Parts: sequence; C-alpha cells; structure tokens
Amino acid sequence: MAERIDVSIETRGAAEPAPAGKRHPNTCPACGSHYREDELRAAIWVCRQCGHHFAMRARDRIAWLADPGSFAEQAEDVRSADPLGFFDSRAYTDRIAEAEMATGLGDAIVVGSAAIDESPCELAVMDFAFIGGSMGGAVGEKFARACDAAAEHRVPLISIPSSGGARMQEGILALMQMPKTVVAIEELHAAGSPLFTVITHPTTGGVVASFAMLGDITVAEPGALMSFAGPRVVSGITKEHLPEDFGRAESNFRLGHIDAVLPRAELRPYLARLLRLFRGA
Amino acid sequence: MARDDELRIRSRLGKLGNLPLLRGVAVTGELQRLQRQLRKLEQEPTSSSDEIWHSVQLARHQQRPYTLDYVERLLDDWVELHGDRARADDPAVVAGIGRFHGRTVALIGHQKGRDVAERVHRNFGMAHPEGYRKAMRVMELADRFGFPLITLIDTPGAYPGLAAEQHGQGGMIARCQATMARLRVPTAACVIGEGGSGGAVAFAVADRVFMLEHAIYSVISPEGCAQILWRDGAEAHKAAAAMKPDAGHCLDLGVIDGIVAEPAGGAQVNWDEAAFSLGETLRRAVAEVESLGPDERRAARRAKFRAMGATA
Repeated sequence: MAERIDVSIETRGAAEPAPAGKRHPNTCPACGSHYREDELRAAIWVCRQCGHHFAMRARDRIAWLADPGSFAEQAEDVRSADPLGFFDSRAYTDRIAEAEMATGLGDAIVVGSAAIDESPCELAVMDFAFIGGSMGGAVGEKFARACDAAAEHRVPLISIPSSGGARMQEGILALMQMPKTVVAIEELHAAGSPLFTVITHPTTGGVVASFAMLGDITVAEPGALMSFAGPRVVSGITKEHLPEDFGRAESNFRLGHIDAVLPRAELRPYLARLLRLFRGA
Repeated sequence: MARDDELRIRSRLGKLGNLPLLRGVAVTGELQRLQRQLRKLEQEPTSSSDEIWHSVQLARHQQRPYTLDYVERLLDDWVELHGDRARADDPAVVAGIGRFHGRTVALIGHQKGRDVAERVHRNFGMAHPEGYRKAMRVMELADRFGFPLITLIDTPGAYPGLAAEQHGQGGMIARCQATMARLRVPTAACVIGEGGSGGAVAFAVADRVFMLEHAIYSVISPEGCAQILWRDGAEAHKAAAAMKPDAGHCLDLGVIDGIVAEPAGGAQVNWDEAAFSLGETLRRAVAEVESLGPDERRAARRAKFRAMGATA
C-alpha cells in the first residue's frame, strides 16, 4: 500500500538498475520523459512533454496554492489510534510509524487556514503517499475540524482529496469516518460556507462515497481517476470490459459528475475567482 | 483468542488447586495471579475469531429473514414504492410506507433474493445508484409528512459495476448519508444481515443504529480485506478476526446503540421471533428519540456521528 516517493535520481546509487516494470517516480508514466526534482517542481509536477500530471505531495501543493506565508496549519497533532489492535503481516502501529517517517506527515491529510489571491479560505489537502491516502480516524477528524474552522470564520473550504478509500486497519471505525465527514459538511453548509473540491489522482472508495462527492463545486485534474470501485475491482468482479478512460476526469466530466477538468496551471486562478464570487454574495 | 487463553488458565488453575498443600505459599501466589488474569479476561470482549466467523456465516445464511420478511411481520397496510424518478427501479432496494404500531412510518431496506432467479433479480442485495436515489426520494417523503424512518441494512456492498460507476455510485452514497443527516423525523436503523461498507452506511446515519446479534458491519468484506492484506481471499477467517465486524465489537467501539437478540441458533431458525424482537427494539427507539424536538434530534444525530473514530 505505502508507496515509495521522492527518490530523486541524484540520491540513488548509479549502479542500481531500476527493477523491471517499476518506474522511477520522476519518470513520466505517460511518455517516459525523465526529470530532475527541481525541474518537476518548477513545472508544478506537470510533464512538459505530454502534460501528464504527477502526484503532488500535500505540503508542496499547499506551498504552491496558498499565498506566501498565509498558511497556518491546524490540528497537526491529531494522530490515528489503533482501535482494533490490528495486525496482518505487520502491526498497524508499525505501518503508521513507517508512513510518518517516510512522509514527514502525521497522517494522510493536512488542514489549515490560508489565503489565495488574498481571499481567505480553509484548506484540506490529502497526501496519497501516506498509506495510500487512506481515511482513518485522523483523516476524518482533521477534515471535520477543517469544516468547523471554515464554518467559524465563514470562509469557503477547499478540499483536495487523493485517497484509496477507508483505512481497513481501523475496521468499522474507518467506515464511520464517512458519515462523520458528511455531517461535518452539513454543519459547514448550515453556517453558509461553500465546499470546493479538487479531485486529484487517484480518489476512490469511501472518500468518493463521502466528502469528495459533496462539493458545491467540483473540479478534477486531467487524468485523475475518481470512482467508488477502482477499475481492477470492477473488471475483476463483473468481468465487464472497461473503456480506457474508465473513471478518469474527462469521462466523469462527460457523464456530468464534475464541473470542469482543470490543468494544474489553471487551478489557482479558478479557485481565486470562486473565492471572490462567493465573497460577493 | 481470549477463549484459548481462558481455557489455558483454567486448566492450570485446576492443576494448582489439586496440588497437596506442602509448598503452599508459592502456590497461593500463583493461584491468585491466575485468578486475577481470569477475571481480567472475563471482562474483556470474549468474541474469539471462531465466534466472529460464525457470525459472518450466519449473517449470510440463505434462510435468514430478509427485509420484506420483516416488513410482512412488522407493518400493516404496506405500500411499496418504486422508481427513482430519474432512470429506473432498483430491485436491490425496497422502500415504502406502512403502519407500525398504529402509526405511519417509511421503511427502506436492502433486499436479497431467496432462490437463484430472485437472487439475480435482486442483484444479491447490491444496489445501483438508482436504489440510493429511490431511497432518498422516500426519505424526503417521510420528512415532508413527519413519518418516522426505519432502515434495514443487508448488503454485501454497493454494486461495483461499470454502469453503476458511470451513473455516480459514490456520489449517490454520499448524498444518501447527507439526506439522512438532514432529516427532522425520528430515524432508526438496523443491520439485519451483512452491513457491507459504503453501500450499508448509506442507510445507517440514523438516530439509533442497531445490529441483530449475528449481523456483521464492516469497512470491507473479510474476503476483500484478505485479498489486499494477505493477498489471498481464502484468508477471510483471519481478516474477519482482525477487523472484528461482529455486533459485540461494534457496540464496544460505539458504532451502534444496541444489539437485537436473535432466537437461539440464529434468526433463520425462527423468523417470527426474530421479527418480534426487532420490532420491539425499533418501537422503543422511535419512542425514545421522539421525545426530542426535530432540531434537537437532528443536532444529536449529527453530534453522534461527528464524535466517531479513534484518534491519539
């Protein structure tokens, strides 16, 4: 589940060949172009050759999206507990500790207040590198607190999910994070604050079936997969032949599930415009 | 697991108790230590992995009563409503109104089939977006006319098919939960068989949530979990033991408000008795939450779900 990330070519032993079938994270999976870390950063992790959108880490995204110095993180001390004492091949607590070390994050979401183009907002940004962006108690609680903060300050909440779904290791309590985030959004709406959602690759499972699909306005990055069941599950269980663009942003747009497919470079001005429009109400 | 430990301690206790009292002091210490351990074990939830697996099997038992079997025994003047007013009528979800202890209620539930043809017709209780949309339509009807809402949950999960995805499966499940969070009428839910993942939680955002004694409620099927974590669907037994989807654990974790006793041997043994105890629980639950005003009730419902989850 946990993905290896952020291993730039410079830090890798030159003699070590890439294992067959496994791509270097800085190699474009669509066209094979390879980039240095600083090149990717300068291009906001979009392939200059073919436009493929690489995954963006939560802190990188916040640093790029928010006005410089405007982001104030909240609830950073919230951690997932191990309510079941879950153990498969390894203890769940070990998996969490490893993910914390590998990502430098407390869990798969970062929340806090920010401004975009001088409009205040609240941000809730997920990071797929932390146990596949799975939603357990910490993700649910931090998302709910972001709703609370947005409601309290009467500002819009911008949610940027990226998740494989509910975190199995927390069992039924992980499932309960779905209604938990849903009721938090109800309270957000009761306070008059909107929810803007930016779907990033991949967003599936329990997150789709809860807060990711409840945005007042929902956009997606090009190529981002968003489906309740992933393509392997669907074709595995139903034996159906799936179209090539199954669950992708472009197909979700065509089917009426999202408001726009926005290349990353257009995202900031789009959100800034929404923030201005909702402020003028 | 607790059961194995318990047996081991009890057998050691038996041996110690039968020793001649020559080395009395040391043995007394050991006796007391074991007795303390035993008391501690007895206070712990005692579901062993086998008991959990037993519930998984009973929850899926082919002779277990399904939603319409309960409707037949609990409601008078049942009128089933059909169609989502957009696309289709989903046979995996039944919805309607009827009289429950002398008053009109709305009832929504997943419906499985009994024989092969009906099982296929009901899609094994796996709803499409149309089913959730039909449910929402009836939830809103209940709210409009002040009918308490009862939901019965019995699904392996929402259907993971291409058309279901194209028609917005995830979004429909999300909106179903939001609709339940918005209702001002009393709501009571019960997992009567399988409470499988998002497809189940779509109907479970209620003032009071119950499980039948041998129902299961889980984030993913034991087989699905085994496939992912053990890379072998046959390890479902292990996965179930790790996920603890049984009613006892769900109650301990604060996910449900109570357990509905089943007839000895399981609900499949005596449908009337199972329906009677379910009906009593639902009647009491509706009466209990009805004492609150609509806004207070909704606020309490939201607060309950807002508080769920384990964080450190």
